[in-house]
Amino acid sequence: MMNGNTTMRVARRRNLGKALQLVFLSLTILAVLVLGVLLGNIIDRSFGISAIEYANKYEDISADGATLEESDDTAVIETITLNLRPRTLDALEAEKPLDERKRSELLEILERELLQPSVVRSWSLMQSLFGREAIADELQELWPDAVPRWRSWVRAELLLGSQSMDPMYAGIRGAIIGTFITILITMFVALPIGVGAAIWLEEYAPDNKLTRFIQTNIYNLAGVPSIIYGMLGLSIFVRNLVAVTQGRTILSAALTLAVLILPIVIINTQEALKAVPQSLRHASLALGASQWQTIRHHVLPACMDRILTGAILGLSRAIGETAPLVVVGASTFLTHDPTSVFDRFTTLPVQIYQWTSLPGAAWRNLAGAAILMLMVLLLGLNSFAIILRNRYRKEMKA
Amino acid sequence: MDSIGMALRRRPKPVEQLIRALLFFCATVSVLTTIGIVWTLLSQSLLFFRQVNPFEFLTGTVWQPQIGEFGVLPLVTATLITSLISMLIALPVGMAIAIYLAEFATGKVRGILKPVLEVLAGVPTIVYGYFALTMVTPALRSVFGQETVGFYNMASAGIVMGILILPLVASMAEDALSAVPQSLRNAAWAMGATRLEVTFGVVIPSALSGILAAFILALSRAVGETMIVAIAAGAGPKFTLNPFAAAETMTGHIVRISGGDLSYDSIDYDSLFAIALLLFVITFGLNILSRKIVRRFGEASA
Amino acid sequence: MSVVLSTRKLSIHYGTFRAVNSVDLDFEANEITAIIGPSGCGKSTALRSFNRMNELIPGTRVEGEVLFQGTNIYDSEVDPVELRSRIGMVFQKPNPFTKSIFQNIVWGAKINGIHADYDQLVEESLKAVALWDEVKDKLKQSANSLSGGQQQRLCIARALAIQPEILLMDEPTSALDPISTSRIEDLMDELKKKYTIIIVTHNMQQAARISDRTAFFLNGDMIEFGLTKDIFYKPRDTRTENYISGRFG
Repeated sequence: MMNGNTTMRVARRRNLGKALQLVFLSLTILAVLVLGVLLGNIIDRSFGISAIEYANKYEDISADGATLEESDDTAVIETITLNLRPRTLDALEAEKPLDERKRSELLEILERELLQPSVVRSWSLMQSLFGREAIADELQELWPDAVPRWRSWVRAELLLGSQSMDPMYAGIRGAIIGTFITILITMFVALPIGVGAAIWLEEYAPDNKLTRFIQTNIYNLAGVPSIIYGMLGLSIFVRNLVAVTQGRTILSAALTLAVLILPIVIINTQEALKAVPQSLRHASLALGASQWQTIRHHVLPACMDRILTGAILGLSRAIGETAPLVVVGASTFLTHDPTSVFDRFTTLPVQIYQWTSLPGAAWRNLAGAAILMLMVLLLGLNSFAIILRNRYRKEMKA
Repeated sequence: MDSIGMALRRRPKPVEQLIRALLFFCATVSVLTTIGIVWTLLSQSLLFFRQVNPFEFLTGTVWQPQIGEFGVLPLVTATLITSLISMLIALPVGMAIAIYLAEFATGKVRGILKPVLEVLAGVPTIVYGYFALTMVTPALRSVFGQETVGFYNMASAGIVMGILILPLVASMAEDALSAVPQSLRNAAWAMGATRLEVTFGVVIPSALSGILAAFILALSRAVGETMIVAIAAGAGPKFTLNPFAAAETMTGHIVRISGGDLSYDSIDYDSLFAIALLLFVITFGLNILSRKIVRRFGEASA
Repeated sequence: MSVVLSTRKLSIHYGTFRAVNSVDLDFEANEITAIIGPSGCGKSTALRSFNRMNELIPGTRVEGEVLFQGTNIYDSEVDPVELRSRIGMVFQKPNPFTKSIFQNIVWGAKINGIHADYDQLVEESLKAVALWDEVKDKLKQSANSLSGGQQQRLCIARALAIQPEILLMDEPTSALDPISTSRIEDLMDELKKKYTIIIVTHNMQQAARISDRTAFFLNGDMIEFGLTKDIFYKPRDTRTENYISGRFG
């Protein structure tokens, strides 16, 4: 009798266990799904049909009233010369005379300056693929003058274009250059200092109050929200050190980011150093090597792959940071691409933030496309880190 | 000393000493950073508190600089609500994943899940913010109706923040669970307990300090999060407890104001630092608490 | 007979725990001295104090003197780095560098400023440990590709390459198989012609086989020290006798 009851109880407990296990598994699968949805959403937004309305029709402004298809290059040039503001015309001619330009270039000038298309409505990829009819109806009803065009928001012009008031032409060139220069400086500042600090803490520092204080301090810094680092950058780098950084410049941004990722680099490098077995250090010291010789020739090479991977992860984090850079003063409108560290700047995440905040679906599509570029960049960087690490491991084993 | 002694004698090694000094300097940069943060926040906030009563600051429910109202509570409640919503997602799901990884998962599942978690954790917050605005908000609006759920609302931001933070919870909790010695599990199994009973009855209580620490750190992260709330939660301080309404958090406010025209030494400029100081105190306090819990109770269960 | 190393009232503390208690020892040149005793008796601690490797463990405190050819190595004027190039060490677990076999041997010489024909140095060092024939065709290969016994012989060769006066060996064969062990023991007789060797071992038979003198440690005290044949056949102290005959250990 007892056995029967026990068996029943055990069976029930087992079933409960299995049920809960299922719950756990499904929650786990949920996490994987979320990632997929995230990616899917972005891709969905980056391609699709856009309804484009033109401010002017070609026929209305052309010299002889002909349509665009009927006009040859000479006619197009005539139209342009007729309608364009003299100053703009002169500027274009100075850059490259109109009659030397290809038709595609002429068309581009025509569109941008005279026809002035704007996106009145855009649809996502899913809608464009599967809701053609609904789109056609909507177009007919609300924007009869608009032309539907298939548009990939991810295109070469995205990479090459610079900031603009018009989502049709805006690009991320300035942002990419800004990100690139900023990260380069961040790397050259944060890595040496971070690795150096870690070596001090792991290999040289005596076990006393000062060392413990420094260590605790680093852990605390790692938990400080990134926007606070932005405040630090604004106050110290942009204002107090304006003589050095010249204010809201790439240099200030890079220094702010360097300070931000410093704790991460230090902690990561410390972990890498800790993983090197003591026997290696003993072997070196027992041969009459000094501490630095031991570190330089044996300890660092033994964990260099881990240090590099950690460094790249830190840089990935810096690339994606937005809030501190907005606080430090990323530009909303760059007049020209940054060429020196003392230039105003913007970075890719900041650009995405600005576009997302603007009204209108077109800006959000653009932001989605820019996000794709950002993710590609980060993916590339992290893959590079993994390749680097594997290559280093192979060299060590050889 | 004799000749052997002379050979063994200490010689000045300038290179060694120089390197030692350089490395020590690198370590002190971190201290300089902390000093910089504390000095910046304190000095600028002081300028603010000379003009605004700290008590009014901390208890006022209206933040409207134009009429001279600097009550920070609207920002604080928004921060609190978004953070709590994120905890509602991150804690249970994160724990579930941690339990699964630590106690049940096979090598293959781990091989997929851990990288996925790492990727989720590595996605820039701006991307999450975009996701909240373009995907979660419309979804919420279609489920609860467009009148209940605003275009900008705290719930979207909170939910997506939860997704952002759940890898952190999962990995820290998993570490805590894995640290529980296998001998404890063996003892429980030997008594005829099922796997689940072992997990909930023995392993989790044993790892409780680590798990709690993870939760508190996750909360700290949520409080300090900026971009998700800046994009999706709303622009404009509003004292409300309705999660479907728009409101501005402490971080969202700072980023919005500093992104616009801001003149140095204006009260608006100084007010940002006062808010940042409050934010710093809260997150710092949470971080310290988290570490203390691990130290005090972790040893008891070790 | 000249004494190269001696200790005078050597005591070593880890924090409050006294690991070695007031030991007096003299090590003769070109002899093999074994230090034996049960685990935890302080023999490894004592050995590590002879080249100041014990300083790597925080909280270690040394009292008394260790005299290396007349100078107390714990004198504040003495450079431990320099000392360790005169007194070499081989560890219990082989720890070759993750470099090539060639580089393992040459690196120590390089940093100690020994400029020599490195190829010759490598050949001589490897021959001294009877490893040359086995590895002469793969000097550029990683040291990790060698077997445990080969790695340990490489570590000995690496230590010898910097021409130390004394070689300290901390249970060098306890992690190796019997064949590798006997090969290394065979080396010892040749090596002692050029070097002075102090070896810590928990293997009494090994001590009896290879050493000229033996010191017996127990709980941090040195109980007895003398010629190996005396220690093993005519021990004066009952504790020594009990240990030798296996009543405890």
